[in-house]
Amino acid sequence: MIWIYLIITLLGNAPPRVFDVPNDGGNALRVEWQLPPDSLGKVDSMLILRKTLPEGKVDTVAKAFTNHPEFVDEGVNYKKAYRYSILYFIGPVQIQSKWSSPAKPIASWIDTRKIPLFILMILYTTILLVYIFTARKGRELYLRPIAGLEAVDEAVGRATEMGRPIVYIPGLSTISDVATIAALNILAHITKKAGEYETKIIVPVRNPVVYTIAREVVKEAYYTIGRPDLFDPGQVYFATDSQFGYAAHVSALMAREKSATNFFMGMFWAESLILAETGASTGAIQVAGTDAVTQLPFFVVTCDYTLIGEELYAASAYLSKEPLLTASIKGQDQMKLLIMVAMILLSLLSVFGVNITLGLF
Amino acid sequence: MRDFLIKLSKIERRYIYLALFLALTLPLIFPPNFPQKMSPTVKSVFEFIDTLPPGSHVLLSADYDASVLPEVDPMYRAVLKHCILRGVIPIGMTLYPQGAVLALDAFKEAEEYLGARRDTDYVFLGYQAGFQAVILGIGENIKNVFPKDYFGTPIDSIPAMRGVNNYKDIALVISFSGSSVPVTWVIYAYSKYHQKVAAAVTAVSAADFYPYIQTGQFVGMLAGMKGAAEYEYAVRKIMKDEGIEKLPPAKAVKGMDANSIGHLLIMLFIIIGNLGYFAAKRRK
Amino acid sequence: MLQRRIPLVIVFITGVLMSIQYFIPHPVSQSAYNIALTWFRGVASMAYAIAVISFVRHHSRRLKQPQNSFYSAVALAAFLFMCIVGFGFGIGEGTIFAKMYLNVQVPLQATTFSLLAFYMASAAYRAFRVKGLEATLLLITAFIVMFGVTTIGNYIPFIPKLTEWLMAVPNLASKRGILIGVGLGMISTSLKIILGIERNWLGG
Repeated sequence: MIWIYLIITLLGNAPPRVFDVPNDGGNALRVEWQLPPDSLGKVDSMLILRKTLPEGKVDTVAKAFTNHPEFVDEGVNYKKAYRYSILYFIGPVQIQSKWSSPAKPIASWIDTRKIPLFILMILYTTILLVYIFTARKGRELYLRPIAGLEAVDEAVGRATEMGRPIVYIPGLSTISDVATIAALNILAHITKKAGEYETKIIVPVRNPVVYTIAREVVKEAYYTIGRPDLFDPGQVYFATDSQFGYAAHVSALMAREKSATNFFMGMFWAESLILAETGASTGAIQVAGTDAVTQLPFFVVTCDYTLIGEELYAASAYLSKEPLLTASIKGQDQMKLLIMVAMILLSLLSVFGVNITLGLF
Repeated sequence: MRDFLIKLSKIERRYIYLALFLALTLPLIFPPNFPQKMSPTVKSVFEFIDTLPPGSHVLLSADYDASVLPEVDPMYRAVLKHCILRGVIPIGMTLYPQGAVLALDAFKEAEEYLGARRDTDYVFLGYQAGFQAVILGIGENIKNVFPKDYFGTPIDSIPAMRGVNNYKDIALVISFSGSSVPVTWVIYAYSKYHQKVAAAVTAVSAADFYPYIQTGQFVGMLAGMKGAAEYEYAVRKIMKDEGIEKLPPAKAVKGMDANSIGHLLIMLFIIIGNLGYFAAKRRK
Repeated sequence: MLQRRIPLVIVFITGVLMSIQYFIPHPVSQSAYNIALTWFRGVASMAYAIAVISFVRHHSRRLKQPQNSFYSAVALAAFLFMCIVGFGFGIGEGTIFAKMYLNVQVPLQATTFSLLAFYMASAAYRAFRVKGLEATLLLITAFIVMFGVTTIGNYIPFIPKLTEWLMAVPNLASKRGILIGVGLGMISTSLKIILGIERNWLGG
């Protein structure tokens, strides 16, 4: 009896309702349908059917289970309209609902969920620009001493005194990683410094794109100090793109060349300790800098100096002492202060049950 | 003595490496089988299954692939055997396509060592695509999601599945995973259907799941090689008590023994290093 | 001068466009992003060719150096062998290339990876010295966490809970602190490059 009732109810059931999914590129529609209250456990399964307009082509888009009367169809195009229907299976019986009214997905020009992020980006950019313009006016800005960067001169000097080369590792990541770019910026400074003392710098690289850039950076750095003759095409080379193959190569290089100074700057993974511990065993002075939080402890214990996280990004400004670059670090500190204040305030508010961040980020 | 300590603290790297090599390999060749005391989170899962009346059902979801096999697979095998030993019916399934083959091997092992029979002592449903749809679907009717088991037998004709319709008939769900899938089980099975859920995860991801234990959303948790070894040890003990002579290899216990000895050796080296450091400092 | 200015202008335009693109989900913006990605892939694949030339040249040069010649000969021979079997017999399942990869390269990589255990022991041995208050605290914490991951740890009443707390509270808090700084540093470096203030990537 209940089956007959169910079949009759489903036959008269309203067609599914279709809504646009907001903040997308017009490639999704949300389909909702309602089931009679008694149908739970009686309907075996359902198929969601989609009719594309104006062609009228019908596709089966998904199988649904009865307790979840909602489906997001991500296979639509914003240039077309669609209608949906549900095909119910109750034992051997199939019942199809009426087709929904046509719905067209909307392609959004702005993702409203990202607005808070956009505001923060603008705020941070403004703070940085204000400091950069202040620096342009010639105001001097103080930077706290960073031991790892103060030691660069000493490290290069030591290699010169010992007559041994410097090994520079610009991380193992790709050029899309900002840490790699920071490492290449530092490479330019160190090459210039090493060039002034005519000390050899060897740069084995893991990533092909990073290799081509590192090569140019070293070449240009020698050119800048007026010593293009120092550039040796063999000093910057592509080693291998295998992570542990690279670790093995660099370890062997440090052991055989007996490098006086090793720099590990950029992004590192599990190979960090293999590299730094081998370097330490050769007695080289080692300076590391990375934003890979999990690898930092390994560098701290095996290297003489370690640039932690953001210090890696500050290094270029610090080494060049260029006012425009140092200004950006000041801006960065101001933003950090703002974040800290916001965190304390929001934490205090949440203690009192006020949660205003909800939904914003 | 002081000189000896100073000398010892300046020990060459190669001797440390040799000592560590021996500390890691010897326990694998000659397993000491250290007694494993269960951590509180492992104990909760063990006791939950141990006190279930025979004939109850436990859903074991093998939500992992080969990349986390060394840690998670021994957990799956141990829990599965525990269920069979206690007469609890394990229902095997997976939300990962690769998980089916891996989990099936565990069931074969249970057949070999415990004489478990398919469809009577255990059920293996295999893989079904769609994470939340599957979890929600089981909440209503497991037959809608898995009309047939992995071997093509209709669910209705499997004796061990008699009376099992949805979460109401399943005592516990354990998600074995190296990712965040156990949280998906909490969101959909625990929150919506009040289904009891436990997690068996890798050591790296374990830190992310502790808050769920504190809030009671997980009954308990097996974390990393250590969790696997603790559970495996307890299950082997039951097997021995029941007079089963042929035991499967204790992969997790063996691995954990080597791991523990390795750690203790490193700690010993640190102590020696510090004694030497103090001796040298006093001399100055 | 022009050689410098052109890259800076390209970086400025693409940098600004790509930053705005992130906030626009419309297909027009997505296709612009895809074009950029295709270009990147194109440039990267050319870089591979240059990298291979660099590899061969580097090792060929070292063949003349007695202390390096053996290693470089092995590297070049392995490279040539894999090229021949790869191009000659394909790289699919069951081919010599796949077998060499699975049975030589993968175990070699795993071996290098497993060296970590040894290096960790010697690094810990040297690093954990009670030199001051901070070093002592670090040593105590390390001991608690190391005990926590061993079998013995479970026999000491407070160790499991304390290990859990150390990992979930002070450890996570310091990590997050560093990550906030890293995030700001990344944005500021990117902005400096987009605005052309940072030019060291061009060699200074």
